[in-house]
Amino acid sequence: MSPGCADAPIRKERGQREVFCGLTGIVWLHRKLQDAFFLVVGSRTCAHLLQSAAGVMIFAEPRFATAIIGERDLAGRADLDEELDRVVGRLLARRPDIKLLFLVGSCPSEVIKLDLARAAARLSRLHAPAVRVLAYSGSGIETTFTQGEDACLAALVPTLPEERRAAPPSLLVVGALADIVEDQLRRLFEGLGIAPVRFLPPRRSAEMPPVGPGTRVLLAQPWLGETMRALEERGARHLPALFPLGAEGTTAWLAAAAAAFGVPEGRFRAITEPGAERARKAVERQRPLLAGKRLFLFPDSQLEVPLARFLHGELGLVPVEVGTPYLHRAHLAPELALLPAGTPLVEGQDVDAQLDRCRTLLPDLVVCGLGLANPLEAEGFTTKWSIELVFTPIQGYDQAADLAELFARPLVRRTRLVA
Amino acid sequence: MELTLWTYEGPPHVGAMRVATALRDVHYVLHAPQGDTYADLLFTMIERRPARPPVTYTTFQARDLGRDTAELFQNACRAAFERFRPAALLVGASCTAELIQDDPGGLATALDLPVPVIPLELPAYQKKENWGAAETFYQLVRALAGPHAPPPGTKRPPRPQGRKPRANLLGPTALGFRHRDDPQEVEKLLDLLGVEVAVVAPLGASVADLARLGEADLNVVLYPEIGLPAARYLERTFGQPWTKTVPIGLGASRDFLREVADLLGLDPEPAIARVAPRARWWSLSVDSTYLTGKRVFVFGDATHAIAAARVAREELGFEVVGLGTYSREFAREVREAARAIGLEALVTDDYLEVEAAIAELAPELVLGTQMERHVAKRLGIACAVISAPVHVQDFPARYAPQMGAEGANVLFDTWVHPLMMGLEEHLLQMFREDFEFHDGAPPSHLAATGPARPRPPAEPVPAAAEGSVRWTPEAEKELAKIPFFVRGKARRNTERFARERRLPVITLETLYEAKAHFGR
Repeated sequence: MSPGCADAPIRKERGQREVFCGLTGIVWLHRKLQDAFFLVVGSRTCAHLLQSAAGVMIFAEPRFATAIIGERDLAGRADLDEELDRVVGRLLARRPDIKLLFLVGSCPSEVIKLDLARAAARLSRLHAPAVRVLAYSGSGIETTFTQGEDACLAALVPTLPEERRAAPPSLLVVGALADIVEDQLRRLFEGLGIAPVRFLPPRRSAEMPPVGPGTRVLLAQPWLGETMRALEERGARHLPALFPLGAEGTTAWLAAAAAAFGVPEGRFRAITEPGAERARKAVERQRPLLAGKRLFLFPDSQLEVPLARFLHGELGLVPVEVGTPYLHRAHLAPELALLPAGTPLVEGQDVDAQLDRCRTLLPDLVVCGLGLANPLEAEGFTTKWSIELVFTPIQGYDQAADLAELFARPLVRRTRLVA
Repeated sequence: MELTLWTYEGPPHVGAMRVATALRDVHYVLHAPQGDTYADLLFTMIERRPARPPVTYTTFQARDLGRDTAELFQNACRAAFERFRPAALLVGASCTAELIQDDPGGLATALDLPVPVIPLELPAYQKKENWGAAETFYQLVRALAGPHAPPPGTKRPPRPQGRKPRANLLGPTALGFRHRDDPQEVEKLLDLLGVEVAVVAPLGASVADLARLGEADLNVVLYPEIGLPAARYLERTFGQPWTKTVPIGLGASRDFLREVADLLGLDPEPAIARVAPRARWWSLSVDSTYLTGKRVFVFGDATHAIAAARVAREELGFEVVGLGTYSREFAREVREAARAIGLEALVTDDYLEVEAAIAELAPELVLGTQMERHVAKRLGIACAVISAPVHVQDFPARYAPQMGAEGANVLFDTWVHPLMMGLEEHLLQMFREDFEFHDGAPPSHLAATGPARPRPPAEPVPAAAEGSVRWTPEAEKELAKIPFFVRGKARRNTERFARERRLPVITLETLYEAKAHFGR
């Protein structure tokens, strides 16, 4: 018999989905890729979504914008290619610091079948060598929330430089991480003697990592199915592992790299044990509050399965439903094996039916999106809004306690406020 | 195609959502992809509503497009009706569904539901949020009050003897700027005249309330951006007059009482005498003397921008140096208001243009939206928010109307507090050379713990940019003695003065000549 939920059935649900579209990924991708600009080709709704999701970052002129398709464009009175060239020209004239421009497809641009890949190739020729132009889709008819990052990175993969033929194996960490997390992980890999280690996306477009048959890939995020497939096409190999959430997850994630690079067991322990111990101790502090609490996860970022594994394994919560917008069985296999057998797993969503189940199960803690959090609180549930899990550094040993604290805080708050 | 960094208004279906969410018992089935569900968080997070907006999204995906999205829509309608049992159903499409042309109105009508179905045609590639809200409200009123209309040409019967006159308040929605609190203040104003409120709509109204809109004697249009088409329809259909004055500020509140009294044949004077906000005396008191002639830039939706310009001039004694709006539908009204005070209105929805105008005018206070708040912050200018688009800050826990007497008090406080208090400004001027008062000194209550910041060196002279002039060291030093909050303006004015006179160097003399020239 296989352990945990490794072979558990996954219920697919269809109905109203209450999740962001892939455009939302721009909010963190533009912070990571510091000389890139994201131009959504879409509608006023797209612009309004980005603004609402990223409202806090208004202080600087943002490195993302929307080319809003108008009535003239749709009626064929304006040539869409010419319009796009004009808008991009205006944008690049205003922002000479931009080295990499993404044309991001949206629901409307997909429906009218606007070929942004072709437009990107044309604009790349036009603005070479100062600016490279790429295209990907963040549309809500094709992507859900974090899948936007997958589409973006997958679009980058074919443009990555070719690794030298004789190059020794290299490690590529894929998925946007906060700079501070990236630096911590870099130090750990250094300690383990793994080199070279590169990150995708890099901080600057001139630092694109080379890729080839010697490339070993650790996924830092669970939503990178397409990117991994594209990397495999370039010869790279995936190192299956838990995701680096919590002490256990981080150790297993590092161990996958250590095994691939032949790091001796003693060295691995010497390098990872101090961090792991620190993380365990810090996480342990939240355990009395969280152990035994029943947990319901609404689908949001695809982090749900690794989160449930961490919250169950290291803090003793009991997942009563784990919803996720999309479940990549292969990439999540190690995670699923660690979930308690019988955990209800739901892929997709029918939000009203799911709310009914939540009301029946009466969990102690609900992890959900911003549209549902306050209404559930008003019904008496304690919630953790999930978007914070995407915007906050949560990976690695030294963030494990922060991650635990994110879930403890709403419960602590409930106990502090006098009724 | 239009390049947009930040927008003042969302798409028109968000306007429809604001109306649906404001009403008590309608449901809105929106043909839209999953990403459009972000709009829920505007209501649950920004406005902190304790319930989800009454909206069902079909959330069709790419794989549905080749198949039957129409069936998906019908199933969603049926399920939403069964679950929520609304008294009326609104149906429509967002931008993406508009392109696939499924005809939500026809599809929903074909379901033969036992409640009114109101189809919304909101052209997403032409129109915006406020227009969408106005159109939705108008369609609702037409569909629900319309059936109770008298035959065309019927004269409105006189009000029965002994019955108090009644007014509807039209326009407040969910997610509106202080729409939550304004109706209460306007109700107080009307009460001074002995006028009762019949229906407030859409905020808090039911379908049954909308059906009886035609019964009132008068419609008060609180927010023309949203309430005007419905008011015009009610005037045409039921012969109800409607008010043009928006009672923001003391003067407008009194004008509003006059207008209502005039429309209903009442005497306004006793009521006018009883509108006495504290703000009036606050403005007359000596601490407010320093407010005189403060240069103010005003930008917002048309209603709030026009009102703010009047209050700023007439009730606070400010000088309005710029006035603009993003409400293109009301550009004419704003242009007129600007012309009346000798200005050219700025009508744009490009926030970069607004930012450029603010930077150029260098006002001392910006009265704008959240966008202008960020611009002002960047430019180091005081700012108060007067209009949507809204932010979580625009939903304070306390009662904070903009209209009526209490509204006038709220305006005084929120506009004056970002500025330095009169006595404080005066003391800073007096003691600006003082060792504890210089610009770099920490606030006095932090002096014990705060870092003792060294006195900052005088601002460096900016590199001789195109058309710029040089400052002598003496003039530069003198400039540094001017309090920091007016120094930027002094520098710009002096440089402009020098440029206009083709002076290559700014001396002490130039500085004071410029001061005399621009002095008020």
